[in-house]
This record gives sequence, C-alpha cells and structure tokens, in this order.
Amino acid sequence: MGERKVTVAAEVGLHARPAATFVQRAKQAPMEITVAKPNGEGPVNGKSILAVMALDVRQGETVVISAEGEGSEEVLDELAAIAAAP
Amino acid sequence: MNLRGVGVSPGVGHGPSYVLSVSVPEPPEGAAYAGEAEQEKERAMTALTQVAGELEARGNRAGGEAEEILKAQALMAEDPGVVVKVRSLIDRGLAAPRAVFEAFTKYRDVLAGSGGYLGERAADLNDIRDRVIAVLYGQAMPALPASPAEPYVLVARDLAPADTALLSRAQVAAFVTEEGGPTSHTAILARAMGVPAVVACPGAIGIPHGVRVMVDGTSGEVSVEPAQAHVAEAVGVASARQAALSAARGPGRTADGQPVPLYANVGSPADLDAALAAEAEGVGLYRTEFLYLDRTRPPSPEEQRRAYRQALEAFPGGKICVRTLDSGADKPLAFLPVPAEPNPALGERGLRLFRRYPEVMAAQLDALAAVAEEGLQVMAPMVATTQDAAWFVRACRDRGLPSAGVMIEIPAAALRARDLLAHADFVSVGTNDLSQYAFAADRQLGAVSALQDPWQPALLDLVAMTAQAATRAGKPCAVCGEAAADPVMACVLAGLGVGSLSMAPSSLAAVRAGLAAHSLDQCRTAARAAQAQPTAADARAAARAHLPGLARLGL
Repeated sequence: MGERKVTVAAEVGLHARPAATFVQRAKQAPMEITVAKPNGEGPVNGKSILAVMALDVRQGETVVISAEGEGSEEVLDELAAIAAAP
Repeated sequence: MNLRGVGVSPGVGHGPSYVLSVSVPEPPEGAAYAGEAEQEKERAMTALTQVAGELEARGNRAGGEAEEILKAQALMAEDPGVVVKVRSLIDRGLAAPRAVFEAFTKYRDVLAGSGGYLGERAADLNDIRDRVIAVLYGQAMPALPASPAEPYVLVARDLAPADTALLSRAQVAAFVTEEGGPTSHTAILARAMGVPAVVACPGAIGIPHGVRVMVDGTSGEVSVEPAQAHVAEAVGVASARQAALSAARGPGRTADGQPVPLYANVGSPADLDAALAAEAEGVGLYRTEFLYLDRTRPPSPEEQRRAYRQALEAFPGGKICVRTLDSGADKPLAFLPVPAEPNPALGERGLRLFRRYPEVMAAQLDALAAVAEEGLQVMAPMVATTQDAAWFVRACRDRGLPSAGVMIEIPAAALRARDLLAHADFVSVGTNDLSQYAFAADRQLGAVSALQDPWQPALLDLVAMTAQAATRAGKPCAVCGEAAADPVMACVLAGLGVGSLSMAPSSLAAVRAGLAAHSLDQCRTAARAAQAQPTAADARAAARAHLPGLARLGL
C-alpha cells in the first residue's frame, strides 16, 4: 500500500479550498483513497469532503494519505502536493 | 424599531426590506415510500446530483470567492458518506426526503459539535439538505428579485452562498441576518461586495416585508422605518467619516508630531492581513490561544514557530508583542486540566496556569526564542505581584528573549507598577480585565455591564498611575484593551502618558484621525478634565469638550 506523509501548509488547514481541491482530485482516482492523522485519528475516505473536514486538519499538522493499486503512486504524488501547498 | 447585531461589513445602507423566508418542511419522522427501494434510491440520487449541478453552475457564473465556496458545497451534496447513509436509510424503509434529512442532519451535528469555523459550515449543510428536499417535493426555491427598482435590504435567518453568490450592489443595499458570525459566508461575501452587513441580529426575521430599513454595518445597528431625516444624517455622517478617516494616513501621532504608535490586536495569523490593510505599525497584542484551543495535545514547536514567524514577517522591522497563553477554567484546554472553580475569573488563569504547567510555558518561550528578532516582545497575562513579574521575566531572559513585559489587568499590579517595572521591560494595560477586577464586575454579566465602562474615573486613575510609573522608570506603557479603540479615549490615554495603543484593525483609522486632529497638550488637558469628574458619563463629556477635532471628523 502506498503512503505519503505530508504537513499541511495552508493557513486554513485541510478545509475550504484545499479540502475541495483535494477531494476533487481524489474523486477522479479509481482506487480507494484514505486520509489519517499520525495519532490514529481516521483513516477517513479521501473522496468525502465531509469526512475530510471532520478530520479537522489544521495548518502545520501532518496527515498520512494512502492508496493502493495501479497508478496509485502518481495519484498520491498529486494529492500530497495539494495537501502540502501553502 | 431598532435592532442590534454584530456589524461585519462597514458602511451605512438603506432601502426597502426583502425578507427571504425559505421554509422547507421537515419530512415527517418515519415517513415510508410505496414503490421499490431501488426506485426510491434512484430518486434520491437524482435529486442530490441535480442540486450538486445547480450549485456548481451558480459557482461558475459567480466566479471568485463564491465559486470556490459553491464548488465545495457541490462536493458536499454528492458526498459519498451522505450517499451511503441515504441508501441505507431507504433500505430500512424511509422515504427519500426523510432519508436525505436524516443523513445530512447526522453530518451537520458532527460539524456543529466542533464549533468555530466547522460549526459555521453546519449551516451550509442545512441549506444543501433543504435544496435536495425541495427538489424531491417538487418545490421551487425562492428566487431573489434580479433587477429591483431600488436596491433592497436583504433580511434572512441565515444566507447561503447559493443565495448570495449572484447578487450585486445594484440589487442589495445591505444584509441583515438573524444568525451567522463574523466568518459566516454572509460576512465574507458582503465584505467582498463592499455592502454593509449585520449578522447575529436577534429579531431580524420579524422585520416586515417591504418596510424601509437602515443598516449600519459598523455599529451593528438596524433601524426599521427610520425617520427620513435620520437616514439623511446617518448617510451624511458615514460618508463624511469615511472621507475624513481615509485622509488620515501613516504612523500614529498627535497634531504636533508626538508619536503614538498604533498597533493591531491579532487573534490568529488570518488577522494579519486585516492589520496590514489598516496600516497598523505592528502587533500590540498577539493572542496565542488559537494555537491551543480545540486541541487534545499542545501545539508542536514547529507549528508555534511558524505562527510567530508569520507575524514577524508580516511587519518587517515592526513590533510584534506576543501574549503567552491566556487560558483558565472559563476556557479550559483538554491537555491543561484545572479543577472546577466557583469563580473562574479569579482562579488559575493566565500566568497562574503556567505555575501548574511550567513545561507549557517553557515550550512557548522556547518557540518564541527560536524565532526572536529585535521587534519581538513577549508578555504575560494575569500578573498580580512583583514575584509573578520577576519569575516570568527571568524565564524570558534565560532564553535570550529581547524584551519581556507584563500585562496590567489586576488592580494590585497597577498600584505596584513601579515594582513590576523594576523587572519588566514594559507594561501593557488590558482595560477590560482591569475594569472587571477593579469594579468586582463580571465581564460576562449583562446586569453589571455599566461598570465595564472604561470612562469610570477609578479606571482612569489606575491607567494614569501605571503610565506615570512607566514614565518614571523610562519604560514603555501600552494599552491593548477595548478602550484604545475609542478615538476619544485614545486621545485621553495619550494625554495620561500612554505611549502606544493597540486595537482591532477596524478601529485604527478612526483613532489615527482622532489623534492627528489634536496636540499632545490638548490630549493632556482632556485627560485631566476627565480624571477630575465623579462619574463615567461626566468624564467622557469633559474629555470631548476639550477635543473639538472629533466632532469635525464625525467621530
């Protein structure tokens, strides 16, 4: 299973625009995408904006994004870039 | 009739009211369907998709900030969690409208429970839910008049971005909502449109349709059927004030050139933009609670450093005064438990909590020391005694922090400011708490709010005493409470010997203009006149009488 650990840089955290951009991209991927906090919160469905918002990831917090299957490395790279964007 | 709410977008707007009452009935509990489960699910999914499509389309037409908000809402309408929940509720026999209602309500409750930003997003879910149910019932959502003869004052319980996104200034003179907060969509979009708005206004939806309404987005006042003369006056005053305020620029100073630096009170990095836009000269009070609230563990050192660095970078070369964590039994933190207290305001608050949890203070001061540069000041809240001040200042010095001060919020600290200043590099008066403790009047209690008046002569005495002690010690005295935001009081504070003022960014322009209209001597005379009075009302009137420039500015 592929994983990316990223620190969320956006001021609003993984909410609002960053969350929407993230979920929009995740929804295009054929495989399951999950998001979790390293302290064990989650994992939640990365294609669900409500679940991602409820995870309440703040600026400076780290998340682990996971996916499996063909093309997952590429998807993970893109999602990690979105989550890490300021 | 006059109502009062929270002004979130400044200016005065008036026009006929347009009361938007969207009432989608709650589908009856346990409502069942007649046909096949698969068909019912299909019906629900079609409605969800349709609403998502409409939200997205409106977003595309609106563009800008509204587009982002609406696209996020479109994602919520088709959220896989909601879809699964709706399907399973239909499998259990519930009709589509009821299943949609329960699925959204479940998520709304989760978000509402988080409070703050997420709590306000809960209102979004209600709106999406109602739109889906309306589609299922074949009910049309109300449309706002697109080209009215005169711009109207839009009144609602709460407004959804889908309602407001396509509005323009040609249609809307002002917004009034019964609910919502300063970060609600109504507030954000109203500011972006430059239209006055008042939110959290009790009684707003009782305003009759079509009556004239005047909205002051600065004071939060909403007048229903105001006298015509009153409207003309308010509009005149608002535009004159706007012109006068925008004429005053640059650093804070009196008419004769005495510098009185004007700083912003900032509650999170998000406020820094407003502080910069209002031309603050730095941050006079950087509240750090945002780093700690709603947390199960303390913030990481990196996170703290980033937040402090952000402020320092926003004001290169300027002053940033960081207040260490001000928490206590009234705003408890999960990781800093304090036993229940009968009087939280008198309990283990502010610096006192650091006595119990010294490691939290150490972590905060370490993070500050790591980013320290010349303009960084650090101060502690709730300092009562010389020992408190010495303990805190020593901890800052040990880490090489360039400037360590204390807040003057407790009368004992004001009375002994001289002793505190033997240790501290500066003092900053928090007038709200100083009032609360000087008058034994709970800040949260409406019944004793008259005692919370910064014009109370006893409070002026405590501030004067602190400023004098600072002058004698040759160290700075600032004021960072609500009082500094009143242009009349700002002149008086300068006259009492206060060297700098810090306030909400929205108040800076008025204070800058007020100070620039008077000499330091005028400010001193006004301060003496105010201090000589026996009551708060007399003190204010006496000060005003010596500050003729304020009336000219419409302040």
